[in-house]
Amino acid sequence: MSVDLTTVRRIAHLARIAVSEAEIPHLQGEINAILKFVEALGEVDVDGVEPMTSVIPMRLPMREDVVADGDIAPLVLANAPLTEDGFFVVPKVIE
Amino acid sequence: MTDLTSLTLAEARHRLKSRAISSVEITKAHLEAIERSGGLNTFVEVTADKALQMAEASDARLAAKEAGPLEGLPIGVKDLYATEGIHTQACSHILDGFKPRYESTVTANLWRNGAVMLGKLNMDEFAMGSSNETSYYGPVASPWLPPNWSRDRGRAATLTSDKRGLLTPGGSSGGSSSAVAARLCLAATASDTGGSIRQPAAFTGIVGVKPTYGRCSRYGMVAFASSLDQAGPLARTVRDAAIMLRSMAGPDPKDSTCSPTPVPDYEAAVGRSVRGMKIGVPKEYRLEGMSSEIDALWARGAEWLRAAGASVIDVTLPHTPFALPAYYIVAPAEASSNLARYDGVRYGLREPSADITELYEKTRGKGFGPEVRRRLMIGTYVLSAGYYDAYYVRAQKIRTLIKRDFERVFADGVDAILTPATPSAAFGIGEKVSDNPVEMYLNDVFTVTVNMAGLPGLVAPAGLSRDGLPLGLQLIGRPFDEETLFALGETIEQSAGRMTLPEPWWA
Repeated sequence: MSVDLTTVRRIAHLARIAVSEAEIPHLQGEINAILKFVEALGEVDVDGVEPMTSVIPMRLPMREDVVADGDIAPLVLANAPLTEDGFFVVPKVIE
Repeated sequence: MTDLTSLTLAEARHRLKSRAISSVEITKAHLEAIERSGGLNTFVEVTADKALQMAEASDARLAAKEAGPLEGLPIGVKDLYATEGIHTQACSHILDGFKPRYESTVTANLWRNGAVMLGKLNMDEFAMGSSNETSYYGPVASPWLPPNWSRDRGRAATLTSDKRGLLTPGGSSGGSSSAVAARLCLAATASDTGGSIRQPAAFTGIVGVKPTYGRCSRYGMVAFASSLDQAGPLARTVRDAAIMLRSMAGPDPKDSTCSPTPVPDYEAAVGRSVRGMKIGVPKEYRLEGMSSEIDALWARGAEWLRAAGASVIDVTLPHTPFALPAYYIVAPAEASSNLARYDGVRYGLREPSADITELYEKTRGKGFGPEVRRRLMIGTYVLSAGYYDAYYVRAQKIRTLIKRDFERVFADGVDAILTPATPSAAFGIGEKVSDNPVEMYLNDVFTVTVNMAGLPGLVAPAGLSRDGLPLGLQLIGRPFDEETLFALGETIEQSAGRMTLPEPWWA
């Protein structure tokens, strides 16, 4: 399988990564090289094989359903590029 | 007086405990060595003041006979570990200025045990790379000079920003491997998703351990591929790596995938007899066109283990050839999900825009380097509607088959598996940058299976190439049986003789 230029643009948008038009053909070449490399997987008979979900068999630990921390808004916001009145600031998203 | 930076971690521990030296002395010696090593570009942040404060506190505890297992020992930390209030960017532009308000469990464990932090170490951006060339902070040079290079030629090359011609220390933990081999720290933390501890260890002539998945907590490690990522140490001897891992590992309620199994005393396994152990040599690792010196090194390793009383048998791991392609679906898929958090809103870089989608796109377009972008796009593609089953689910099924191969071999009574660590010795910076990213990926062909199966792997230096560069051997163990790897690794280290690391031509 290989991707065309339109698909590369679509993937970039899905990944929310701005890519200049000039870079698209180059990215197409790289992505197709990787897709060609993984083509070998098609040879493997995977009938009846369960996909791996956990590499080490382990029961998911449970804990008490209680609040363990909180009231640390200043710490949560400390690294934000833009904040106001204890909130993250983003461009307007609701009309 | 012996140069304090040339001591092993175990030797330094002994001298600190007997109070022959102080932590402040050995910490200062390392800070001075770091200062003279700028050309290698190993550290992205040196925390000299903090190091000296920690050293003074350690000296007080040593005097009061309250020393922890790593008391006063100066170490380096890969930039991927969250360190409270200190530069933590996984060497990416997108995390510009990020200073976490919390500490990773692994580093917290090290400080609890008395270790001293020298600073943060360079790495491939988000641990995606095999040569430390994808770092936003530029490439790291290996302390090993290229064949037939003079010191002066090496020094001149370290002054260039691209460091072209010098050797790569491997990746992604290239800052860690170079710093440990150059004696800028006694040991360092590293992390391994497809080989990022073991390949750099092999390239720089040191020891690296990727423990069993779940042995170390991932809390506070910048995530790349969560089902594969695992913390581990880089050190100059097998014993030093064992000492480090014991402190790094352990249960953690903050990571639900972290094992509750108690941590054994790994150091006690160093020097333990390997007599009667059964070592598997997998024929699938004998690649077509593999260099004869790698093949010879591998045979020599088997001979050493046999001489120590182990038996060596041929085994088969038939799905080995599919591990690397499957990895290049699973790892990018998980990365595309993990790295969705870098949105220009909560931390790091932000490219302003009046539109939220454009803010995301511009921030991520500017913040991610080419290798990260490439992998995020592959990951996005293989998870997208219509391709999920064909790529992602198929790759996870193949992962099950890879793990089954190992389980079968271990069920047959094999204690550990011996393989080469890398297909070649270290290559030059800039040498493998091409239009085909797969060429670089092939570096991990021997290491990636171990991550796919969640197993522990240890790489120890085993000799030099014809060109005089270090080569490593890899030991793969049963889940949570790192002790066997330390026992066997010590046998290899003793048989090969301690690696003589290069004199500081860069200083």
